[in-house]
Amino acid sequence: MEGRLRRVSAVFQRHLYLYPSSASRLMEIFYWPLLDLLVWGFLTVYLSRSPGAVPQWTAFLLGAMILWDILYRSQQAICVSFLEEMWSRNLLNLFASPLSPGEFVGATMLLSLVKFLLASALTVALAYYLYAFNLFELGFWLVPLVFNLIVMGWVIGIVTTAVILRYGERAEVLAWGLALLVQPFSAVFYPVSALPSSLRPVAYALPSTYVFEGMREIITRGSTGNSTFAAPFLLNAAYLALAWIFFKAMYRQAQEQGKLTKLGE
Amino acid sequence: MTAGAPVVEVRQLVKRFGGYAAVDGVTLSVGGGEIVGLLGPNGAGKTTLIHMLLGLILPSSGSISIFGLPMPRRRQPILARANFSSAYVQLPLSLTPRQNLTVFGRLYGVKGLAARIDELLERFEIGEMADRPTRALSAGQVSRLNLAKSLLNDPELLLLDEPTASMDPDIADKTRQTIKAIQRERGLAVLYTSHNMREVERLADRVLFLHRGKLVASGSPRDLLARYEREDLEQVFLRIARGG
Repeated sequence: MEGRLRRVSAVFQRHLYLYPSSASRLMEIFYWPLLDLLVWGFLTVYLSRSPGAVPQWTAFLLGAMILWDILYRSQQAICVSFLEEMWSRNLLNLFASPLSPGEFVGATMLLSLVKFLLASALTVALAYYLYAFNLFELGFWLVPLVFNLIVMGWVIGIVTTAVILRYGERAEVLAWGLALLVQPFSAVFYPVSALPSSLRPVAYALPSTYVFEGMREIITRGSTGNSTFAAPFLLNAAYLALAWIFFKAMYRQAQEQGKLTKLGE
Repeated sequence: MTAGAPVVEVRQLVKRFGGYAAVDGVTLSVGGGEIVGLLGPNGAGKTTLIHMLLGLILPSSGSISIFGLPMPRRRQPILARANFSSAYVQLPLSLTPRQNLTVFGRLYGVKGLAARIDELLERFEIGEMADRPTRALSAGQVSRLNLAKSLLNDPELLLLDEPTASMDPDIADKTRQTIKAIQRERGLAVLYTSHNMREVERLADRVLFLHRGKLVASGSPRDLLARYEREDLEQVFLRIARGG
């Protein structure tokens, strides 16, 4: 166990080393969430002043934006860490060491938590300062909401990384696109009822849908039912297990077909 | 590890990619304290064989035993006692040599890591570059850094894929001497590939020739020269590579 933790923290440390001297990596944590916040924030200010505005528009849109960013950053941390190793031709050094694929993924999950904390600290503080929106008004409910988004980000990140392992550079674009693919069906900025009825089963198969529906319910009514939490927990647990099985299968295929040693060449 | 006891035992190893056999029924062993040179033309299967020994590629059939443990089933305890360096793999260029060695030292669980890193940086003459980004190093310095990484955990088995490529003759010679010295001090087993025949002649206790995935000749450099009636290994290599 001690060896496992040491190896996980070594990979974590390797990625932390990159940040102090890299403006582009710091931008990835702070710049994009900040831009999103400014655009969505001023949009909500404009909408809330329009005739017939929904009173909670600011909370709905800014809350959704901040929470969606948690899912997106969580997924990105896993994929981009893997791509960093691929681009720097370091994968073979890592996988020829005692580091296991599971430990590598564990380290990237840990990294995603740190990135989430840093980016969220900025966006939550600025949302309060600029738009008087306090995400903590979601109260205790915030913990399971955020937890489920982080785990769903991990699931998408693991699946994306597995596909890149198997298909190499051709699949790199998924690192930036796969999470966005689930956004329209996750009812991030609108309720599920806005979707055509044929797409609603897709929406309810996504843990994120329950989180955003729950967020709006809490903002409107001050509370939400237990189903808001039970369903995404169960879905995330199942998807995380399936994602890991898929990752291991793709890793094995990459080993069998010699693709692991060709990545990044 | 007792000198001479097999560290690596490979039996009837086959790796097929589709219908192409990259490694075709290779049986070999590497004893403790032995330096074995793996030679062959491009595409002979040398790198595929080394990658299978590291568990990076899975064999189609055959078996690999390292330190008496089956690879890849027991990859973690095996890889903790082995290491590798390749001219075609690099350490992250954004990190400094010291940071790179710290990360890998922790992956391998090296005790007294800071002192070990200083020792290796000095030994490979890259101490003055230790805290500059690795991208500032010359190609030869990067190769030496890769070698320093491969010795971090004081391995019992070292797998080297063209370790002196990109090095100038002086540094390449020093590196060979270092490998030889460490091998003598520690009883280290070394399996390495190279296209530098003189290097192999000077370093290797035994040479294995691979051609089209098959092991076609093996023996000490002197035995091979006598068997093929040639004056140096390069001529032996050319004869084998041209199907003689």
